[in-house]
Order: sequence, then C-alpha cells, then structure tokens
Amino acid sequence: MPTFPSQAAPASGRTRSPIAAFTAHVVMGFRRWSTYRLATAAGAFTNTVFGLIKAYITIGAVGAAGGTLMGYDAATAATYAWLVQALIAPVNIFGWQELALRIRTGDVAIDLARPIDPQVAFLAADLGRAAYSLIPRGAPPLLVGAAVTGLALPGAVLPYLLGALSVVLAVLVSFAGLWLLNTAAFWLLDMRGVITLYMVASNILSGMIVPVHWFPDWMARIAQVTPFPSLVQAPVDIVTARVEGAAALGVLATQLAWFTALVLVGRVVFRTGARRLVVQGG
Amino acid sequence: MADGTWRPYRVLLGSRLRSQTTYRRSFAMDLLGSLSVGALEFGEIYVIFTNVDVLGELDFAAAALLFALATICFSLADMVVGHADRLPTYLRQGTLDAFLLRPLPVLAQLITSDLSLRRLGRTAAGVAVLGVTLPHTGITWSVTTVVLLVLTIVAGTAIFAALFVCAAAIQFWLVEGAEFANAFTYGGSYAAQYPASIFALPVRVLFTFVVPAAFIAYLPTLALLDLPGPPGLPSWLGWCSPVMAVVMWAVALTGWRAGLRHYTGAGS
Repeated sequence: MPTFPSQAAPASGRTRSPIAAFTAHVVMGFRRWSTYRLATAAGAFTNTVFGLIKAYITIGAVGAAGGTLMGYDAATAATYAWLVQALIAPVNIFGWQELALRIRTGDVAIDLARPIDPQVAFLAADLGRAAYSLIPRGAPPLLVGAAVTGLALPGAVLPYLLGALSVVLAVLVSFAGLWLLNTAAFWLLDMRGVITLYMVASNILSGMIVPVHWFPDWMARIAQVTPFPSLVQAPVDIVTARVEGAAALGVLATQLAWFTALVLVGRVVFRTGARRLVVQGG
Repeated sequence: MADGTWRPYRVLLGSRLRSQTTYRRSFAMDLLGSLSVGALEFGEIYVIFTNVDVLGELDFAAAALLFALATICFSLADMVVGHADRLPTYLRQGTLDAFLLRPLPVLAQLITSDLSLRRLGRTAAGVAVLGVTLPHTGITWSVTTVVLLVLTIVAGTAIFAALFVCAAAIQFWLVEGAEFANAFTYGGSYAAQYPASIFALPVRVLFTFVVPAAFIAYLPTLALLDLPGPPGLPSWLGWCSPVMAVVMWAVALTGWRAGLRHYTGAGS
C-alpha cells in the first residue's frame, strides 16, 4: 500500500483550536451550498408557489370558520403559511440523508478518521447551510406574501430577537433529529421506509402542513410529546408574537431541551454503531 | 406487426417490474411509505375539517371526493412518468446519448426506464378515501355519473402525466434548476386537491387555465355532485377534462421535441 505524504508526515505546526475548526466547518457548509445559485432560485420559486396555495387554503379555512379559527384571522393565517414556506429550507424540513449514505458506502470511515468529532463537524456544516439558505430561500416567499395577501407581523423588536433565537434552535433540533434518524443506517440496509415515515411524522406534527393549534385533541397530544413542533410551529409562534413573554421563553426552553436530548442520544447511538461498523475494501 | 411494435416495451416493462419486486421487504416498506404520504396529505384536509364544516362551498364528503380523485390521478401519473424528473441526471452524465442510439422514441424509453410500482401505495390511499366517501356525497348514480367518474380518472392522469413531460422538457434548458418544474408538477398536485373557489381570481386562473389543476378533480367533482361552480367556472367544465388533457399533451410533446433538438450531448 502506498504511503501518502500526509500520512508520512504527521500534522505539524500549529494545532487549531476547536472553535476555529468549528467556524471553518460553518464557513465550508455556507460555501458548499452557496455554489448552486440556480438551484437556490428554483427552490425559492417552488416554496413561493406552494406558499401561494397554502395561504389561500388557510385563509379559506379561517373564512369558513367565520373569520377566526383558534386565534388566527385571515391575515395571521396567511402570515403563518408564508413563514412556514420561508423556514422550509433553513430548517431542512424535507430531510437530510448524507450521513446514512456515507455509512452505506463506507465513507463514514473517513469522517471517523478526521481530528474533529463527526457530529460536531456535520452540525457546524449544517449551521453554515442554514445561514446561507435563510435569506435567498426565506425572503422570496415573504416578499411575495407581503405583496399578495399581506403579512401580519408585530411592530415590536423583541419577537424578532427571540424569533431569531428560536429559528437557530429549530435548525439545531432538526439536525439532531435527522442525525439520529441517519444513524439507523448502521443497522438497516434499506433506509427508504424509515425515512419516509420520519418525514410524514415530522411534516404533519411540526405544523408545516397545518398549524398545530388546529389539531384535534388526539393529534395535539401526540405532537406535544415529539420534538417536531419545535421545528416550525415554535419559531413561527414566536416571530408572530402569538406567544410572548414568559410563554415565549418556555417555548425556547422546550426547543433547547429537545436539542440537548436528541444530540446526546445521537452521540451514543452513533458511537455504538461506529463500533460495530465494518468497512469493506481499502 | 402489432406484436413486433409492442414487444420491446413489454420486455422492458417486465424487467422493471421484476427488479422492483425482487426484494420483497424493501418493496413492502416502499409501498407503506407511499401509502403514508397519501395519508399525510389527507391529514391536512382532515385537520381543517375538524375545525370547519365547509371549505370553498364543499362539505367534508365532497372535499374528500375531490382529494381522492386528485390523489388517484397524480399517483398513477407519477408511477408512469414521475421518474422523468431524473432527466437532469442523464443530461449531466451524458447517459441520454445511449437512449438516442436505441431504435425506440426517447420519451418512450424514458417512461419505460422505470415504472415505479411503489407509487401504488398512494393510489391505494386515494382509492380508500374514495370508497369511504362516495356513499356520503349524496351522488346520484346513473350511467352519466359513472362515465364521468371513469373519464375524470383517465383524463386527470393524462393531464398530470403531460405536466411531468412538460417539466422534463424544460430540463433540457435548465439542468441545474430542476426544482423550478416541481412548482408546477407537485404544486399542481397540491392545488388540485383543493376547491379552486378558495383561490383569489388570478391564482384561480393560473391553476385552471395555465396549469390546469382545477380540471383534474375540482371541476369534475362539481359536475359529479351537480353543484354550481364559482363565478367564471360553470360546472359543465367538469366534462372538458379530456379536452384539456389533449391540449396539454400537444404542448408537452411540442416542448419535448424542441428540448431534444436543443440537446447537444455532454461530450462524453
């Protein structure tokens, strides 16, 4: 087996601090996704067209209910629809399978050999991806929404500050949940069924399809015990000031708790899986 | 003669079907996944109707009928031509050149390159909703309504299939922007599941006459249940879905031919 220069000469010189490595991964994630401009435009366009349909469905439902439905009027219901469409890309609501594919192909061995923890590296890259997608994928649906149906947004600054924090937490919870889902690839050869079931559950229970506040009791109770409302309903509620003050802090705390729990379980499962991993070939 | 024409397609399709059903457990999981996507979409309508009695002048039974028709048509079209959205991959890798060398039309080869049987899970969800809701819709059964129901499913499937072909044709120019087309295929499917009467006029016109989503299920539902349509959309338009299907296929095939002529190969 040939020896590569990098293997022959051990990494010399300065050792990078963990924070610098983390930042480097965030930047790489940002640059990786910002390369495909046309794909970004196409995604934003599709999100906007779906927003148009969704906004009229929610407005129609509110109208059929007599003008208000569980605290939503026509304007706030439309705003909900447009905000959801703006969050789809940053929060990665349609999923992420990169780790599962790397486990299947054996490429995960390279990730394990790197001097940075794989979960931390992927998390950093995901933050970079989310940071990139926030404006190009989020602004078009909101601008079209403002022009077509109008947006009902709060005039105070605080909801936006807390909302920004909530969006970051939503990105983190989404990553942690998808990481855990992906680790199933250590045990399963065919992930398609599991991934579809996760997507179905997360799409409906996150409030991406219809607001969680419209759920009948039995569904609301199921949603409450899952991390999914933290992905979409939580940030939308906070940005629109539907929840304020102590209640808003409570929502943020719930998001943080789900992130912590999922990321820790994800670590343990990943390590357990990596220990039984056998990569063929060389 | 006729057998000689169809034999290659029979052989191609047979091989695809066998390859998909070889791994039984994977196939069962795929079917279940597809079924649950159908259930998820119905979940949206179910949640809305736990809060309201009518949406766009339709009650729950009528809205469920509308959903069922749209889902059945979309899933059947998705099964037959949905994989046309893989065209950008063939364009990038230059593998479309292999299609051009074979003595069958490229579009026919693309369609037979993968007939995704797993989409039938979603069809099953639509059929289940249809079966449960039909007795509650108060539909007056006659030869006319049966003919209209069958015609609707055939024409609706054809319209969605034409939309997929249009979407694939655009890829010859876009390649990297494949998702633009999703706005009209999947977006059309989403719009088709709801009464067009809830849309503001410009959006209603868009999803009736540009992307003819309303012709797939909403207008036929009005005609089936003998309901008056919103202003500008009389319910007799529900009988015009086949006309729309022919128009859409003419557009799709013209676009496809233009796209194929535009294609110059990847140089590989």
